[in-house]
Amino acid sequence: MATIGSYALLLALALSVYSFVFGLLALVSPGKGSERVGETARRAGVVVFGAVLLAAIALVVAAFRDDFSIAYIFHHSNRDLPAPYKFATLWSGQEGSLLFWSLLLAAYGFVLRLRYKTDPRLFAYASVILAAVQVFFLALVCFAANPFGLIEGPLRADGNGLNPLLQYPEMVIHPPLLYLGYVGFTVPFAFALGALIMKYPGEKWIHITRRWTMVTWGFLTCGIFLGSHWAYSVLGWGGYWGWDPVENASLMPWLVGTAFLHSVMMQEKRGMLKVWNMWLVFATFWLAILGTFLTRSGIISSVHAFAQSSIGTWFAWFLAISFAVFVFFFVKNRQHLRSEHTLESLISRESSFLFNNLLFLLLTLYVLWGTWFPKISELVQGNKVTVGAPFYNRVAIPVALLLILLTAVGPLLAWRKTSFESLKRNFLWPTVGALALAVFVMMTPESWGSIFGLKPWHDISYFYSLMTVFLSALVAFTVASEFYRGGRVISEKTGQGMFASMVQLTHRNTRRYGGYIVHVGVILAMIGFSGAALNQEKEMEMGYGDKMKIGNYELVCRSFTQDDAPNAASEWALIDVYQNGRKIDTLTPERIFYKASRQASTKPHIRSTFKEDLYLVYEGQNDKGQPVIKAHLNPLVIWIWIGAWIMVLGTALALVPNAPAVVRVPAARLVETHAAPVATGD
Amino acid sequence: MFRAIRGVGTAALGCPAERSSAMNEMSYYKMKMKPLFRRALHCAFLGFAVFAVTGAGDPASRFNQIGHQLMCICGCNEILLECNHVGCPDSDRMRNELMAAIERGDNDSLIQQAFVQKYGPTVLAAPTTAGFDRAAWIMPAVVFILGFGLVVLVVRAWKNRPQPAIADGVQPARGAELDQFREQARQETDV
Repeated sequence: MATIGSYALLLALALSVYSFVFGLLALVSPGKGSERVGETARRAGVVVFGAVLLAAIALVVAAFRDDFSIAYIFHHSNRDLPAPYKFATLWSGQEGSLLFWSLLLAAYGFVLRLRYKTDPRLFAYASVILAAVQVFFLALVCFAANPFGLIEGPLRADGNGLNPLLQYPEMVIHPPLLYLGYVGFTVPFAFALGALIMKYPGEKWIHITRRWTMVTWGFLTCGIFLGSHWAYSVLGWGGYWGWDPVENASLMPWLVGTAFLHSVMMQEKRGMLKVWNMWLVFATFWLAILGTFLTRSGIISSVHAFAQSSIGTWFAWFLAISFAVFVFFFVKNRQHLRSEHTLESLISRESSFLFNNLLFLLLTLYVLWGTWFPKISELVQGNKVTVGAPFYNRVAIPVALLLILLTAVGPLLAWRKTSFESLKRNFLWPTVGALALAVFVMMTPESWGSIFGLKPWHDISYFYSLMTVFLSALVAFTVASEFYRGGRVISEKTGQGMFASMVQLTHRNTRRYGGYIVHVGVILAMIGFSGAALNQEKEMEMGYGDKMKIGNYELVCRSFTQDDAPNAASEWALIDVYQNGRKIDTLTPERIFYKASRQASTKPHIRSTFKEDLYLVYEGQNDKGQPVIKAHLNPLVIWIWIGAWIMVLGTALALVPNAPAVVRVPAARLVETHAAPVATGD
Repeated sequence: MFRAIRGVGTAALGCPAERSSAMNEMSYYKMKMKPLFRRALHCAFLGFAVFAVTGAGDPASRFNQIGHQLMCICGCNEILLECNHVGCPDSDRMRNELMAAIERGDNDSLIQQAFVQKYGPTVLAAPTTAGFDRAAWIMPAVVFILGFGLVVLVVRAWKNRPQPAIADGVQPARGAELDQFREQARQETDV
């Protein structure tokens, strides 16, 4: 398997080099025969996918065959590892995950090169740029981080096993989705740079790029939230986001990508921000690579980081070269991006997008600054400092709140100018409704639990939570009013019911209304985050029948015991949960000892409701052998996951092509004609 | 910031008469708003003072508050009160030290200093506001102000740009007439 894998990788590298060099030659020296050369370069790019796929299959087969002669398999697998985790071995370590990265890039390239007829010349440029990135990653896996390297010394009977923290179902899908997001940003970058180099006329490239960006953004969103859910369900600290450098690395391209998805509308509708959009696409790609550099180089300490290795230098060079190439072509061809920017009013959709981009960029800069500050501090004053959650909460939450406010206000502002009357009509009732809800949350008794009875004067975090509730409600009401008003017009014209009209409305302009659904997902996630201000926790050594009270719950230790399986041994407690004197559930928090890696891990048991999560952790045993149980009561967490699903649903909806509006023409014979969609006001 | 926004408002006004009446109106509002503004500032200050002192003396809430400003030093990169990894050699001891310091009546600053002396500066979960660490806090504020200032300037510049010339004989719609056409267009293309 090692031989097959190694040769497949070398073949893929050779094909990528061919695709890049001859693709470039065909573009720079157009003439007789250049089309045929370009076609061979495209086909070589298509075949790269097959070669990298073969290498990836070879590694997975090696994991299933327990081929511990391959060092990577020895370090990341063992004989008793369950099958899904053996499959996940592919991305569990440094070398394998780089191979997986190459595979995804090749897959994106495969799709792009097959769809070349959309615009052969632009796709040819994008294909060459993609091939250049592919050459870098394949060179990395061939020469610096080879997953098929053989083990030194005698062959071992069993492997070291997979990191216990990675032995969780979500780890089988979280990294692929996250990587699909990271890698996917290469495609919009390739189109953008291609369009810049060839001075692409018109805005077609931006339409193509936007769709790819939306797909990629959807994957990255999924990956980030799955990662959060994994951290929440596995790490056992009761939280879902620790502002760890690696988490930040995934957040930065997401933030800039989101800014691009908004500002691109300015270019489509008004021909504005061409330079800005070009830089945003580049920054998204660059930050995705920077994130990989952070994870792989060991330059910044993180719980997620792979082992420190020399590949950090490779990434540093790649970052520098890609920056230099982009800046070179930008300076050379920037005249092509010139556009006339005029604004009629400060209160317009255009200015709301400018402020929206500013806030996204500010958040990105804060995260970047916080991530790098320990290193900067070390360079300047010789000692490291920690930049953790208190820093990010203090600097990022106010900006995030302003962003939610813009989410409420922006979509209802008209392009060019919004009249005062229109503002009043659109915002009066949503504001009244949101205020009423915030007052209700504030005035309800605290005994209701969760976020009820939230008094903002008790703590600044309560104030932020209440503001989140208020602003989120404002977004919800404005989005609802948009659906209602649009639905009402269709209902009046067609005689359909309101719900059917709203469905038709969404189908007529999927991008706009899909976007609104994404906004609803965002505010639900924000409401979930706001619950963190009211988290409670308690720890207790619990013998048989011992009781612990947290919130409205009473926990009673019924039993504790041990279990043994081929891959791992475990200790767990049986905790009965009572509410108002009535038993409502039994939870079994667990501590697992993985035999191959000789590492222990906790597995919390979570009881989720719409109001709050009861989160139990088996911390260990006391001297008497009794379990030490830590209980967390985390309000509203489930809304984060619901919000994430809705965001993904909204993104998928926004990718569906618009339905043509059916125009009924009164005539002697009823005639139906299809017209272009009229709802394009997004 | 206020000056910049006011600037946008006055620059947007058309003829000198309109401008002077608007200025009179503004100075009238300015005079009228002064005591109100001062009162609002007082209320805001008192509000924040209440935020700052409420619950500060309660040992449990102090333990929770300070414990979330410290890191576990075992290498897990977790906040002290959130570190729960199995067999952590440090977090229990550190929590006990924190509780002992609170029970002794040490103030927050003293407790943090004691932890820094014992475990080094990385024990604090966020940079301090002294020395070079101050830069960590100043930069976000500076970028925020500069960013907003820049966007306001950009909006202002784009707004003041002359509209493209129109062919001879064509009278562009303006003011109320233009608003009316816009409203009509919006109603007809809203869905």
